[in-house]
Amino acid sequence: MKFSESWLRTLVDPKLTSEELSHLLTMAGLEVEELQPVAPAFTSVVVAQVLEVVKHPDADRLNVCQVDIGSGTPQQIVCGAPNVAAGLKVPCALPGAELPGDFRIKVAKVRGIESSGMLCSAKELGIAEEASGLLILPVDAPVGQSIRQYLDLDDQQFELKLTPNRADCLSLLGIAREVGAITGAATCLPVVQEVPASIADQRSVVLDAPDACPLYCGRVIKDVNAKAPTPEWMKRRLERSGIRAISALVDVTNYVMLELGQPLHAFDNTKLNGAVHARLARTDEKLLLLNEQTIAVDSDVLMIADDAKPLAMAGIMGGEESGITLETTELFLESAFFSPRAIAGRARRYGFASDASHRFERGVDFGGVRRAMERATQLILDVCGGQAGPVVEARAELPARTPVRLRTPRAEKVLGLPLGSERIAALFKGLALSFEQNGDDFLVTPPSWRFDMEIEEDLIEEIARLYGYDNIPSPAPQARLAMMPQPEAQRPAYRIRQMLADRGYQEVVNFAFVEEAWEADFAARTAEADLIRLANPIASQMAVMRSSLFGGLVANLVTNLKRKQGRVRLFEVGRTFHRDAQAAPVSGFRQPWKLAGLAFGNALPEGWAGGARKVDFFDVKGDIEALFAPAQLRFEKLQHPALHPGRAARVLLDEQDIGCLGELHPEWVQKYDLPNAPVLFELDFAAAKAVNVPVYSEVSKFPPVIRDLAIVVDQNVALQTLLDGLKGQISGLIRDIQLFDVYVGKGVPENKKSLAFRIVMQDTQRTLQDSEVDAAMQQLVSCFEQAFGAQLRA
Amino acid sequence: MDNLDQIVSEAKAAFAAISDPDALEQVKARFLGKSGQITELLKGLGKLPPEEKKTAGAAINVAKTAVETALNERREAIRKAALEARLAEEALDVTLPGRAEVRGGLHPVTRTLERIESLFGSIGFEVADGPEIEEDFFNFTALNTPEDHPARSMHDTFYLQNPDGTLADKVLLRTHTSPIQARYMQAHVAKFAHLERMPEIRIIAPGRVYRVDSDATHSPMFHQVEGLWVGENVSFADLKGVIADFLKSFFETDDLTVRFRPSFFPFTEPSAEIDVAFMSGALKGRWLEIAGCGMVHPNVLKIAGIDPEKYTGFAFGFGPDRLTMLRYGVNDLRLFFEGDLRFLRQFA
Repeated sequence: MKFSESWLRTLVDPKLTSEELSHLLTMAGLEVEELQPVAPAFTSVVVAQVLEVVKHPDADRLNVCQVDIGSGTPQQIVCGAPNVAAGLKVPCALPGAELPGDFRIKVAKVRGIESSGMLCSAKELGIAEEASGLLILPVDAPVGQSIRQYLDLDDQQFELKLTPNRADCLSLLGIAREVGAITGAATCLPVVQEVPASIADQRSVVLDAPDACPLYCGRVIKDVNAKAPTPEWMKRRLERSGIRAISALVDVTNYVMLELGQPLHAFDNTKLNGAVHARLARTDEKLLLLNEQTIAVDSDVLMIADDAKPLAMAGIMGGEESGITLETTELFLESAFFSPRAIAGRARRYGFASDASHRFERGVDFGGVRRAMERATQLILDVCGGQAGPVVEARAELPARTPVRLRTPRAEKVLGLPLGSERIAALFKGLALSFEQNGDDFLVTPPSWRFDMEIEEDLIEEIARLYGYDNIPSPAPQARLAMMPQPEAQRPAYRIRQMLADRGYQEVVNFAFVEEAWEADFAARTAEADLIRLANPIASQMAVMRSSLFGGLVANLVTNLKRKQGRVRLFEVGRTFHRDAQAAPVSGFRQPWKLAGLAFGNALPEGWAGGARKVDFFDVKGDIEALFAPAQLRFEKLQHPALHPGRAARVLLDEQDIGCLGELHPEWVQKYDLPNAPVLFELDFAAAKAVNVPVYSEVSKFPPVIRDLAIVVDQNVALQTLLDGLKGQISGLIRDIQLFDVYVGKGVPENKKSLAFRIVMQDTQRTLQDSEVDAAMQQLVSCFEQAFGAQLRA
Repeated sequence: MDNLDQIVSEAKAAFAAISDPDALEQVKARFLGKSGQITELLKGLGKLPPEEKKTAGAAINVAKTAVETALNERREAIRKAALEARLAEEALDVTLPGRAEVRGGLHPVTRTLERIESLFGSIGFEVADGPEIEEDFFNFTALNTPEDHPARSMHDTFYLQNPDGTLADKVLLRTHTSPIQARYMQAHVAKFAHLERMPEIRIIAPGRVYRVDSDATHSPMFHQVEGLWVGENVSFADLKGVIADFLKSFFETDDLTVRFRPSFFPFTEPSAEIDVAFMSGALKGRWLEIAGCGMVHPNVLKIAGIDPEKYTGFAFGFGPDRLTMLRYGVNDLRLFFEGDLRFLRQFA
C-alpha cells in the first residue's frame, strides 16, 4: 500500500516528522518498506508565465522569452524547449536556484543574449524520468508561487508492507484511524453526505448467493461526461499512491477505493439488461475480462450478472463488454460487500491479481459500503456532471461481530507482563473499540472494518501491539531442568561430516531439484512413473526431484575444474526422493537422508614430495571404511547406471545394502567432459550414524603366533569369496587373516594371482604349541586348496 | 726415562694424525699392541734390578695411561666428528611443506546450524526433523492456514506433478520448517497421552525449504531453523528473552540491538518479526530482518491435540543463510549453493 503523506495529514496530523511517523507505523505492525520524497531537493523554482517568444538571432533552436515571474518586471530567458509558447505557464528556475544533479542557475549569456533563469521540464525538476519539453502548468497556476508549494513537492511517498490481517489499513481512512490510535492525534475523517436522487432511474438488485454477497448497493447515474479531465489534486494523489490516472470515471472509483478502502465498479448502464444479480458462476460460463483474458469460470466463483449474461467476476475484475469507455454517458455504479471466503484465492487461480480482489479477500468494511457509494457519486457529479438515481440496496445477513471475551489474567500469562485491567481498558479506548468491562473480564465487539478479531488471542495481540513489543521485558526464561537424551549408539550428524572433512572432503549444498538428464544418467530414471516432476519449476534445469546426489556433485566438479581446481574432494548430506506407495510419513514419497561424496585428481595434494598418483577406487574405499570403523563393511560387485561396471561396489553393513561406491562410468566421463574419472559414493546417512556401544572381551595375556602364507589362485576369485569360504572351516585359534600382498607377473602363471596373508593365532588361556599352530595352518591351506583350487606359492 | 716422554708425545702425534677409526686401531698397536713400544718396555722390566723395577714400572704405567688416554680422546673425537658429519648430511629443509592430506571443511551454513543447535541444546532444545516433500495439511492447514487463506499467497509454493501430468494437490515442497512443529506436537501428544501432565516440548528443527523465488537475494532452496517451546507457562516475554540471549550468544557480542515488531503469521499470535542492528561494523545501525516468531496460535495447539487453556508456547523461524552471511560477512546468498571450492574452503 502506497500513499502520500500530505494526503494522510489532511486526515490526521500528529506532531511527528516523516521519519518518526514511519518508525511508529513500523513498530505498530504496519511496516514501512519505503519512505521517499516525491521530488528531489531543489530551490528557487516558481510558477511563471511566458509573455513573449522571439527567435534567438544566432541560434535556430533557441528562443528568447520574456517571462513573468511574479516580480513585476518581466525577465529575459533563453529557452531551447520545443514547446515554449507565449501564454504558457511553466516552472522557472530563478538565478541562484539549485536543481537536482548539482545544477546551479546563474545569469549568463546564451549565444550572446543574456538569460536570467531557466524554464524547466519535469525531468529537470527530477519529478519524471523523461520529458519532451517544458512542464506545462494549468492556466490557473498562480504566477510567482514556489513550484514546490504549488505541486506539493515536499510530500513523501510511504509504502507499507501490510500483513494479510490488516486489510483495514488498505485505505487512507484506515491508516489515519491507526495513526490516531498509536499517536493519540485527533482524526478528521472525510464527511460524506447522502446525494439525493435527481432522477428516478434504477435497476433492481438480486442477491442469489447471499452468503457470498450479503450487501449490494447499485445506482444509475445519467448524463455523465466521461471525457471530463480528472482534477489535478486527484491525479496527484492517485499517482503518489501508485495508481495511474486513466479517465475521470475510473479515477474516481480508484480514488474512493484508496480513500475509504471500498472497491467500486462502474458498468455502462446501457449494456445491462434487467436486474443485476450477484450469483455463482453457471456451468461452462465464460467471461472476457477487462485485462483481455477470457476466463472459463469455476462454479465457486461469484459473478455479477444481469438477466441475460455475466458481467463481471464479483470483487475481482469487471467484464470488457459491460465496462465503461470514454463514450459512456450512463453508469451503473456498484458498491458491495463480498465475503472474503467467496473471493479468496480465485484471482490467483486464474493467474492474476487486482486491487479489488486483494481487498475483498482480506475483508472490506461492510459498514462503509453505502458511504463509499455516496462519496463516489458526489465526486462523479463534481467532475463529470450528471444526474444520480436512487441507491438500490439489497441486504442479507452480514458477517456477525460476536463479542470477544478477554481475561486480564490470560493476557498477562500469554504476554508474561503484569498489565492490569485499567491499562487494558485504556488501550481498548485508544483503538476506539466498543467493550464492556466487568472487573478483569472484557467483552469486546469488533468493528466492522476488522476481520482479525475473533478470539481472545486477537485482542491480546492488539494489546501487545499498542503497549509496544519493545516495552515487554525480555527476562531469561525459567524451566524445569531435565537432561537431554544422548543415545550412545548414534553419532551426531556433525561428527560424520567432520570426519569426512578431516579426510579432505569439502561439504557442498546442492539443489534438490535437478536436470532431468541427471536422473537418466546417474539413476536411470526415465519412466514418468518414477520421476518426481515439479508442477511449477523455476527453470527447466531444476525440474525434477533428485533420486541421487551424484548429479550435483558431478556438476560441482565441472564448475571447479573450470576454475582450475585440479584436486577436488566433495561431499553432501541431503535427502533423495523416490516414489514409494509404502513410504512414511508422507505417503507416496520416500525421502531418505544420503551421504554422498566425490574424489577427483591426485591421491595426495601435488607437492615436492612427488606422489602424482590419481585417486582411485581403493582410496575412497579406505575413506568409507575409516568412516564406519570399527564396524566392518562388506563390498560386492555392482551394476549401477552411474558407475563403471568393473569398478563399482555395493556397500553392505550387517548384510544391509547401505549404498554404493565406484568410478564414474566412462560414458559420463566423456559426456560431462571430464579429463578422467572421479570416484563417487552414496550411502544411507542413517547407517553412518548408527554405531555399536562397545562390549568388552578379554585381552589375551599370551603372545600371538604369526605365520605368513602365500597362495596362487585364479585371477577372478574375489578376496571376499575366498575369506567367506573359510567361515566355519578353520581353527578357532586363527584370530586374524590379513592380506599384505597381491602379485601378478613373473613367477605366477597366467590368469593367476598370488595372495600373501599374515595369519595371527592366539589363545586367551595358554601359549600355543608348535604342533597346534602347524595343524591350524595345514587346515587353512587345505581349505584354500579344496574350495578354490589354490596352490601354496613356492 | 726421557725415552718414555718421547714415546708418549710420539703416540699423541701419531693419533692426532689419524682420522679414520680403523687406522687408529692400527696405530694403537704400534704403542700398546703385543710388540708395541710400551708393551716392549714392560716386558723389559723383568731384566731390571728389583730396586729399579718399581720406579721404572711406575713410570712406564704412567706413560701407558697417558697413551691410552690420548687414544680414547682421539677415538671419541673421531666418533664425534663422524656423528657431526652424519648430522650435517642428514639435515632437512624444515621449511618444506608437510606431506599430510589437506583438510576439507563443513559448509558455512552447516557451521551455523551446528552452532544454533548447540546453543539451543544448552538450554534443553532437542533437534527435530521432518520431510521436505510435505503434505499440504502440515505445511498449511495444521498451521491454521486453510485453503484460500490469503497468507498462502505469501508463500510461493512449489507443487509436484503426478506421473500422469496432473497436479498432485495433497503434497508440495515445504515452504518453511514450521510443519515440523505440527508433526512433532502431534507425535508428542500421542507419546505422552497416558500422563496427566504433558512434558514440555522444546525443539529446534533445521532444514531445507523451497519457494518459487530466485534473484540476488532469494534462492529457490534455502535453509530455515524452526524453534518451538510449549509448556504450562511459556510467555511472549520468555520468547523475547530466549531470542535476545540467542542472538547475543550467536554473534558473540553485546554490541547489538534486537527489536520485535508486530507482524502476522497464521500460526502464531501475537506474531513478531525480529530485527537486529549492530552497533559497529559494515552494517552499523541498519535494521536487518532476521526471523519471524510469535506465540503458538491456539488453533495450531488444538489441531495438534494440546489444550491451549492449559499450555502456551512460542515458535520462531530463523534464516540460517542470513545469519551465516551476517556472521562471516558473505554478501551473496547464491554462493552457498554453487559448490565453488574457492569460496567454501574459507570456512574449513
